[in-house]
Amino acid sequence: MLKTLIYDGTWPGLITCVFCSFEYKWQIETIQQNNQNIQSGLFVTSETVITDDVKVKRVLLGLEKKIGIQGIKELYYVFLSELKNMELLILRSIVYYFKPNNKPNLNYANDDILQIKKIVKSVSRERHRVKAFVRFQKMKDGLYFANLEPDFNVLPLIVNFFKDRYADQKWLIYDLKRNYGIYYDLEQITEVKFSHTLDKNHVSIQLDDDELHYSYLWKNYFDAVNIKERKNTKLHVKSLPKRYWKYLNEKKLL
Amino acid sequence: MSDRIFQKLNILADAAKYDVSCSSSGSNRANKNKGLGNANQGGICHSYTEDGRCVSLLKILLTNHCIYDCAYCVSRKSNDIERAAFTVQEVVDLTINFYRRNYIEGLFLSSGIFKNADYTMERLVSIAKKLRLEHKFNGYIHLKTIPGASDELVHQAGLYADRLSINLEIPTKEGLKLLAPDKNREDMIVPMRYLKNEIIRTNEERKIIKSTPTFAPAGQSTQMIIGASGESDKHIIQTAQHFYKNFNLKRVYYSGYVPISYDKRLPEIGSAVPMVRENRLYQSDWLLRFYGFNADEIVNDTHPLLDLDIDPKLSWALRNQHVFPIDINKADYNAVVRIPGIGVQSAKKIIMARRFGPLRIENLQKLGVAINRAKYFITCLGFQQIYADKSGANIKQYILAQSTSKYIKNNTQQLTLF
Ligand code: SF4
Repeated sequence: MLKTLIYDGTWPGLITCVFCSFEYKWQIETIQQNNQNIQSGLFVTSETVITDDVKVKRVLLGLEKKIGIQGIKELYYVFLSELKNMELLILRSIVYYFKPNNKPNLNYANDDILQIKKIVKSVSRERHRVKAFVRFQKMKDGLYFANLEPDFNVLPLIVNFFKDRYADQKWLIYDLKRNYGIYYDLEQITEVKFSHTLDKNHVSIQLDDDELHYSYLWKNYFDAVNIKERKNTKLHVKSLPKRYWKYLNEKKLL
Repeated sequence: MSDRIFQKLNILADAAKYDVSCSSSGSNRANKNKGLGNANQGGICHSYTEDGRCVSLLKILLTNHCIYDCAYCVSRKSNDIERAAFTVQEVVDLTINFYRRNYIEGLFLSSGIFKNADYTMERLVSIAKKLRLEHKFNGYIHLKTIPGASDELVHQAGLYADRLSINLEIPTKEGLKLLAPDKNREDMIVPMRYLKNEIIRTNEERKIIKSTPTFAPAGQSTQMIIGASGESDKHIIQTAQHFYKNFNLKRVYYSGYVPISYDKRLPEIGSAVPMVRENRLYQSDWLLRFYGFNADEIVNDTHPLLDLDIDPKLSWALRNQHVFPIDINKADYNAVVRIPGIGVQSAKKIIMARRFGPLRIENLQKLGVAINRAKYFITCLGFQQIYADKSGANIKQYILAQSTSKYIKNNTQQLTLF
């Protein structure tokens, strides 16, 4: 009998689904998150899977022996891509990984593995770009604030980077698309959620007195380092895709 | 808000921009004192200028006053331009405030030479020192070593900076004499050699005493200006190899000369920046550093200039057809990576994937191999080499006919490495 699995949309939740499909030898038609409109076919029964840390641990330990931490990280990236049907791709690959074979996640000739590598590459690129393109604004109370709308859910992947780097300043990076942010208070990181939509005007009133000064100095610098004899708009736009421009003061300020 | 700081930043960033290096890689200085910042091993570009170059560091001159008169430089003393100088505190404030907002990875500080070499070097060092010690700044610092600076100051620079560089600028001694009569190669080489030895010595020491302070962990680099002194590609690539080998340089940068002067010794204002040639030089540089090529294989007495219409690896392959075809499923990594259309990444994947079974053309395609080019040089399962008897010139024709315009037009701007 084909089954639709419904999970809580978290990574441990998805891994619990993987566990169940192995343990109970279920044939899976789709895996869906419980906040989506559940769709199922005529001859499909749906099953709600309750996240269970013990099961998660068993799967991950087994996987680690097969594909190492690095391999698990790749699957986690695929999860964060939020791409359609990424759950099934993850399930299929894990089934494949558990077959007896040496270092199966290096088999680039397998289509699913190639697909995973491709997704990992896109997510990594987005992660890298967010590290690069976050622009903090200093607020009156000393908080450094940035907001953005990344293509993939990459905030979990950049937390440590920012924590290590900006250890002596309070900062908040907010994902407007997914409506949550990460906040560092000089001690620890917490996940935060605004209760109302962000009011840009309100933010600009709260800016530190020096904020505009430095923002304009940066824009000034950006214009000064350009070599106009070498103008190369195509390369510029390729490296700095337009969709990021609204967050970059050097591209946005007049 | 003072307008003067805007003016200074304009003048001193504008004058620094011809130094093409903006790399922030090669150091992994940690933020261990709960201070500000760290260095990222791979480097990060925080923005890109409209000419498509990476903006990673705040790259400025401390001053554009200079007692020298190098013909190719905007800051030369005979040039009638506006001069400015930052104070130490201004540079520190800009660096810290840009860094805290995540605009930059750190500071790249260079300078015109005022009074003398040591006087200038001392100012540069004092800024780096202040950032490190007073502001607990662990971000990236690249300092220019001033030719002729004393060992003592160069040593101090190494203690606070991640990277140091001296630009050779002109690839040949004769060219340097003609265009920069106040300078001599020896003044550049002495500090370079000193740094190389210090870097080796501290690395050795650290193996025994872990707490040995870091010394220029991202090493040293240099830059050569391309197309200002009539040099050949052979000169440039041989020089690059010489400095990679004998001075352990991390990078050599190539900067297509941007005409800035009516001086008769130089290309006139308005002539094009040699960007394709510059790109071919970078490709050659990659062949030296990552592909196991020797300078002689790329350029030599019978072939002193790089082809502009094809990349240097393809050019080498066409001149060395006796090496091919190469069997993808048998050849070792060093041979595979030399095949046109196969880069370092796909070569590694090939070696990995073929353990699971012999590879076919379809597999290679999926691994990112450019079959259009590779097919003239390989054999693999189900694919026999049918072009082996064709001449290099023929194969070049086939490839150019199939390629996108980037290999055909000499003045196209969109270029990639391999
Ligand atoms: S010494 Fe440096 S700054 Fe001075 S003119 Fe020569 S290249 Fe320019």
